[in-house]
Amino acid sequence: MPKREDRRPDPGDLLRRVEAGERRESRGRLKVFLGYAPRVGKSLRMFDEGGRRKARGQDVVVVALQQPPGPEIQAVVDRLEIVPQADQGAIDLVAVFRRHPQVCLIDGLAQSNPPGSRNPQRWQDVRDLLDNGIAVITAINVQHIREQQDAVERITHKRASHSIPQAFLQEADEIEVVDAPPEALLEGAAPANMPDARQLSELRELALLLAADVIDRQLQEYLDEHGVTARWGAQERILVCLTPKSSAVEMLRSGYRNAQRFHGALLAAYVEQPELDAEDRARLEHHMALAREMGAEVHCLNGADFVSAILDFGREQRITQLFLGHSLSDVRAPFLRSPVDRLIDAADEFDVRIFPHRDA
Amino acid sequence: MRGKLKIYLGYAAGVGKTFRMLEEAQAMRLKGADLVIGYFEPHGRKETIAKTEGMEIVPRRKIAYAGTQFEEMDTEAILRRKPAVAVVDEFAHTNVPGSERLKRWQDVDALLDAGIDVLTTLNVQHLESLNDQVWDVTGIRVRETVPDWVVDAADEVVFVDLTPRALRNRLERGVVYAPEKAQKAMENFFIESNLTALREMAMRHAAHELEDKLEAAPAGQAPAVETERIMICLTGRPSSAMLIRRARRVADYLQAGCLALHVARGPSMDEIAERHMSFARNLRIETHIVEGESVAQAIADFARKERVTQIFMGRSAPLPWWKRFRETTVQQVVRRARDMQITIVAERRR
Repeated sequence: MPKREDRRPDPGDLLRRVEAGERRESRGRLKVFLGYAPRVGKSLRMFDEGGRRKARGQDVVVVALQQPPGPEIQAVVDRLEIVPQADQGAIDLVAVFRRHPQVCLIDGLAQSNPPGSRNPQRWQDVRDLLDNGIAVITAINVQHIREQQDAVERITHKRASHSIPQAFLQEADEIEVVDAPPEALLEGAAPANMPDARQLSELRELALLLAADVIDRQLQEYLDEHGVTARWGAQERILVCLTPKSSAVEMLRSGYRNAQRFHGALLAAYVEQPELDAEDRARLEHHMALAREMGAEVHCLNGADFVSAILDFGREQRITQLFLGHSLSDVRAPFLRSPVDRLIDAADEFDVRIFPHRDA
Repeated sequence: MRGKLKIYLGYAAGVGKTFRMLEEAQAMRLKGADLVIGYFEPHGRKETIAKTEGMEIVPRRKIAYAGTQFEEMDTEAILRRKPAVAVVDEFAHTNVPGSERLKRWQDVDALLDAGIDVLTTLNVQHLESLNDQVWDVTGIRVRETVPDWVVDAADEVVFVDLTPRALRNRLERGVVYAPEKAQKAMENFFIESNLTALREMAMRHAAHELEDKLEAAPAGQAPAVETERIMICLTGRPSSAMLIRRARRVADYLQAGCLALHVARGPSMDEIAERHMSFARNLRIETHIVEGESVAQAIADFARKERVTQIFMGRSAPLPWWKRFRETTVQQVVRRARDMQITIVAERRR
C-alpha cells in the first residue's frame, strides 16, 4: 500500500521545495515513457515523439538505442541524428556534451554502464545531462523500478538485474503510460522469458497504479505550491478513529481491506486524552500496535475537542472515509449531542462509517 | 456468439483515443478483417481523418428534431451490413430524440448482440460512478454518462495516455479545437490540475477493470464469494443520486452485493423517490419498497432480513430548532441497527 509522508509543511521541507524549484529552472526536462513489459511499444513512442519534435524545429539526437532495433523503430531513427554509443553500448557522455543538443533520446534507462565509466548506472548519466540543461526523453518498464521489484517478482517469479530508484521517476517532469492489451505483446514469436497473459495483466495493473501514485504525489505538490486546498482526490484515503472502547480490530480489518481494494491509503488516529486509566491506556496501545502492523500510518492528535481534532486532521489529510465505533455514541451527556452525531453533521467532505460495538 | 467490446479509455478530448483506435482498426483491416466505420467524429483533425483512408464507412442517418437536421449512427444499416468489426466513436453520446435508442452504448449493445465486435472510445468523466468526483474536482457536471456495468462488461479496456503538458501543447497548436475554442478550453476544463486529476482517475479505473477481470478468472482457485451486502436507503432527497453512485462504486470495489430500499409512508410513492429507484435500477441495483410508520425501524428490520452488512444513508435534513430534542432518521437507524455498519455518505459540495 502506498504510504505518504505527513503533509504538514516543516521548514526543512519548504527549503527543499525552494531548492528543487531553483534546480528545476535551469535543469533540462525529463520525460519518461513507462511500460509494463517488453514489446508494449514504449521505445517506438519515444522515438516517434523525438521525430515530431525535430519536425517542429527542436535539436534532437539519439544517444542510446537498444540493439537490435525493430524495423519500425529503425525507420524512425533513420530520420534522426545519432551520437554513436561507446563501448558495450554505454552513452558517450563526452561526445554528447560536445554536441550539446536540446533533447536526447535514451532507450533502456535501467541499463548499467561498463566498469570504468563516469557513472555506474545509465540513469545517473541522464541526471548529468539534465543538470547541464539538456532535456531527456527516455523509456523504462515497471520491472526495472527498484521499489516495484518485489511486486514484480511475486507476479513473474523473476527479478531484473538492473533497476533505477523510484525517486528518480518521481522527479520526472512528465510520465506517459504506454498501454496495450497483453495479446498484442504475445503475438508472433514472443521472446524467451516473456510472462504469460495473466502475468502480463497483473504487471499492467501494477504499472497503471504506479503511474497513478506518482502523478497523485505530483498533483499534491503542485496544489501545495500554489496554495490550493485539495479537493476530493482520485485516491481513497481511509482514517480509522481509535479509542480505547471501540472495536478497533474490526475497523482496522475493514479499513485494510478497503484500502487494498481501492489501492488507497490507510491512516489511524487517536485523540490524546489525559485522564485515561491504565486499562484503557493498554487497550489503546494495543490498537495502535495493530494499526501499525496493518501498515497504517498512525497519528496522535492533540486538541481539547475530540470532534474538531478529528475533523481538522481529516480535512488536512484529504480523507474520503472516516471509520468510527458505535461506542462513541454513548458518550452522551443530557442535552448534548454525541461525538458521532456531531461528526456526521460536520463532515461534509467525507463519508462516515459507523461500526458495531462488540465487546472484546 | 456475442461480439467483443474494446474500449479506448482516455481522460480528455485530444489525448488520441480515436487516433489509436483507428490505427488499430487499420492494422486489423490490413490483416483481412471485415471492418466498417459505424460512426466517426473527425473534429476536423487532419491526422485522424487520414487514418480512415481506405475504410468502408456506413453513412449516418439524418434525423430532424426541433427544426434542425441531426446525424446519428445508422445502427440498423450496420446490422444489415453485418461486418465482423465496427468502429464506433464516442461511446457516451446521447442520441437525438426520435432515434431508435436513447444512448449510443445501447446501439453498441445491439451490435454486440448481433455478433459484431466493436471498437469504441470513452473519456473517464463519462463513467456514472465518477460523476460526483469529477464535478468536485473540475466543477463540471457531466450530463452524458455510461453506467459502470456497461464498461465492466467490456472485453478489453486500453488506457490511452498523453501528459497534460503535451495535451495543452496540442491545444495551443490548434490540433484539438479551433483556436478560439481552444483558448477558452485551456482556461476552463483543460487547466493542468484538472487534467492531472482526471488522468489519475482514468489510470486507477483502467487498473480496476484489469483487477476485476483477473479476479473473475482466478488462477486455480474458485471465484470469490460475495461477502458483503450493501443496502442503500433511498429517500426523495436531491442528494440521493450522489448516495446511489457512491454506494454502487464502493460495492463494485468491494465486490459486494448491492440493493436499495425505499420506505413509503403509504401505498403511493412520491415521484422523486420513484425517479431515484429507476436510476438505481439502471445501475443494476435491485430495488425494494416497504411500507412502514417508522422509517428507521423499517430500515433496520429489512436490513436484518436481507443479511445486509452495511447500510448506506444520506444525511438527514437538520431538524428545526423546536424539534432538536428529537432524533433524526440517521440517529434512529444508528441506534436500532447497532449490529451493522452504517455509512453516512458525505454531501460533497463545491
